[in-house]
Amino acid sequence: MDTLKVVEVTKQYAGHLALNKVSIDVPEGSIFGLLGPNGAGKTSLIRIINRITAPDNGKLFFRGRPLSGDDISQIGYLPEERGLYKKMKVGEQALYLAQLKGLRKADAMEKLKFWFNKFDLDEWWNKKVEELSKGMQQKVQFIVTVIHDPKLLIFDEPFSGFDPINVNLLKEEILNLRQKGATIIFSTHNMSSVEELCDHIALINKAEKILDGKVVEIKESFKKNIFEIVYQNQNRSVGDHLPDSFALISETHAGGLAKARIKIPVGESPNRLLQLAIAHVEVQAFSEILPTMNDIFISKVKEYEN
Amino acid sequence: MNKTLIIIKREYLSRVRKKTFLIMTILGPILMASIWVIPIYLANVSDEQKVIQVLDETTLFQKQFKNTGELKFIPTTMDIETAKNNLSTSGNYALLYIPKTQLNVPTTAILYSGHQPSLDVKGHIKEVMQKEIESLKLESSGIDPEILKSIKTNINLNTIKIGENGSETKSFTEVSMVVGIFSGILIYFFIFMFGAQVMRGVIEEKTNRIIEVIISSVKPFQLMMGKIVGIALVGLTQFLLWVFLTFSIVTAFQLSMAGESKLTNTDKMFSPQEKILNAEQLKEFSEKSAEKDDMNVQIIEAISSINYAVMVGSFLFFFLAGYLLYAALFAAIGSAVDSEADTQQFMLPVTIPLILSIVMAQFVISNPDGPVAFWFSIIPLTSPVIMMVRIPFGVPFWELILSMSLLVATFLAATWMAAKIYRTGILMYGKKVNYVELWKWLRYKQ
Repeated sequence: MDTLKVVEVTKQYAGHLALNKVSIDVPEGSIFGLLGPNGAGKTSLIRIINRITAPDNGKLFFRGRPLSGDDISQIGYLPEERGLYKKMKVGEQALYLAQLKGLRKADAMEKLKFWFNKFDLDEWWNKKVEELSKGMQQKVQFIVTVIHDPKLLIFDEPFSGFDPINVNLLKEEILNLRQKGATIIFSTHNMSSVEELCDHIALINKAEKILDGKVVEIKESFKKNIFEIVYQNQNRSVGDHLPDSFALISETHAGGLAKARIKIPVGESPNRLLQLAIAHVEVQAFSEILPTMNDIFISKVKEYEN
Repeated sequence: MNKTLIIIKREYLSRVRKKTFLIMTILGPILMASIWVIPIYLANVSDEQKVIQVLDETTLFQKQFKNTGELKFIPTTMDIETAKNNLSTSGNYALLYIPKTQLNVPTTAILYSGHQPSLDVKGHIKEVMQKEIESLKLESSGIDPEILKSIKTNINLNTIKIGENGSETKSFTEVSMVVGIFSGILIYFFIFMFGAQVMRGVIEEKTNRIIEVIISSVKPFQLMMGKIVGIALVGLTQFLLWVFLTFSIVTAFQLSMAGESKLTNTDKMFSPQEKILNAEQLKEFSEKSAEKDDMNVQIIEAISSINYAVMVGSFLFFFLAGYLLYAALFAAIGSAVDSEADTQQFMLPVTIPLILSIVMAQFVISNPDGPVAFWFSIIPLTSPVIMMVRIPFGVPFWELILSMSLLVATFLAATWMAAKIYRTGILMYGKKVNYVELWKWLRYKQ
């Protein structure tokens, strides 16, 4: 079952189309990457999912039923523009935000104790937020996002502004939460984190969805039959020994090793390339080059613009 | 618990716990009470009787210098040189020397003193001599002093208001003026102070970037109303604490002074708030007090002539409704800007009616039933201040109802509009907003 289903959502701001019939399906238990350049409409879509704004057209379904106001308590949202009341005490503030999510005070207290303990924040409970380091504030921010055990978590550019240690902590916790059954939506243009975490993506550009699906399948469909051979460098180029149909794309020599990237023509198998290579050079490694999400992202956006 | 209630609670507690709130709460009543307490205290403590020796060579004035509460006159027959020498050792305040002259009527006198004599003393002496000389002159021209006395009359103009049902109540213009202008200023002050707090609160949430975290849990309208109501409660708390503390200070002072002095001649020092609370008490005091001169009776009558139930009731109403109207506008402004520095262009149209009403209050005071007073007390943006100024003078019932219902209707409309601007504005960053933009936001569906 899909945790979230967005069907042909359109949103228009005075003279500016933010979303044009965008549909996405977020399967239960997945980590879903919502990708796109700045201003593509990601945040508009996320705000609609959070019921901060309403769509002009289109429907949203949460766990099979139309998304309603009550579902907000099942969603945790870490906005891109995030912060805390500077003058308020940390614990009090976390409690306040948890209560706004619909938790009862006693339950909220219990859960906060657990999370504060986990993140080594116990002794900061009665300090004002402005006394906390940036990293600690981010931890508090994360805690209040997940405190109510939401079924759906939405992170808008979650790693921007987090230091590397916190980024790792965050990734770990996100995977933990998924383990416990949460579905996660990532909105980002940081492609390396997408590759690492996401299993599904949707690519949005200029208010329209231009690509979506499983990460593995997308990569598969974008691969170009390029293989890399690493061999011992004996002043010989593997390219000299290949038929013309095998195009040598690049070759680098570094130290005792050489790396060559070769595109196999349609109808040929990688085995044939390997056989040809083995006959002439000492092969150390042989692998297929899959496109990175970054490549796909850029090529897709460019293609769309032309 | 309802989410709006949680917000109200936070907005309220976070402000009431602030040091500035505490300071304001303590300073306010001290200031107000001191307006009343200090003059009495000074009157009772510092004024020992000053003894003035009178060396009157003309012998015309000796009997005319009568002792007052502050001054005691002792005639002396010493010669001037001895008297002068004795002045410093005798401990007397001053020596008044009226030398004999060739003229029938003396016009000069000399006051010797170790101090710089106060204006009061000089004035008193001058007045006594002037009066005596006047009557001497009149007498010499053949007018009987008795007739003269009977000419001087104090006019007592009592004003009586006749109610619609024919009931007669004494009215006191001066007291109404003071009470009216005071309540008007208080409303103005509260609206400005707490309205600006709403605006600052909204801007704070925007600059802290906490706004989107919150509105993913609650509706923007809930957040806005929670803030407005929370701050209204802060205002009410402050007001009630002021009334209570002022009353306590004044009462405590009264009790501590009760043994040594009579309170009767200082009633006019009461600020209207104490009048609200003390009218009854004062009546009691004055009834007990032995000297019930005309002035006192009048003032007490005047003070109790104000209909306090109506005053307090309408004060609370106009404070709350006026505040709600302005707070909604202030909230909309706060949502549209990124920092307090950008608020100027939007603040102007909101503050102009408020400032205008406090300026108009002076004209309204002098003609509380004129067209200016009428219209300004009906138009919702100025009515909270102007109506409060008018109420002590008595306002026809239908005008009050009209003004109140218009105010409520406007406040509802303003809140509705503000909510629309607010929910768009709080998510806008780094955009220079103008009126055209605001108009667009008003027309967004959601």
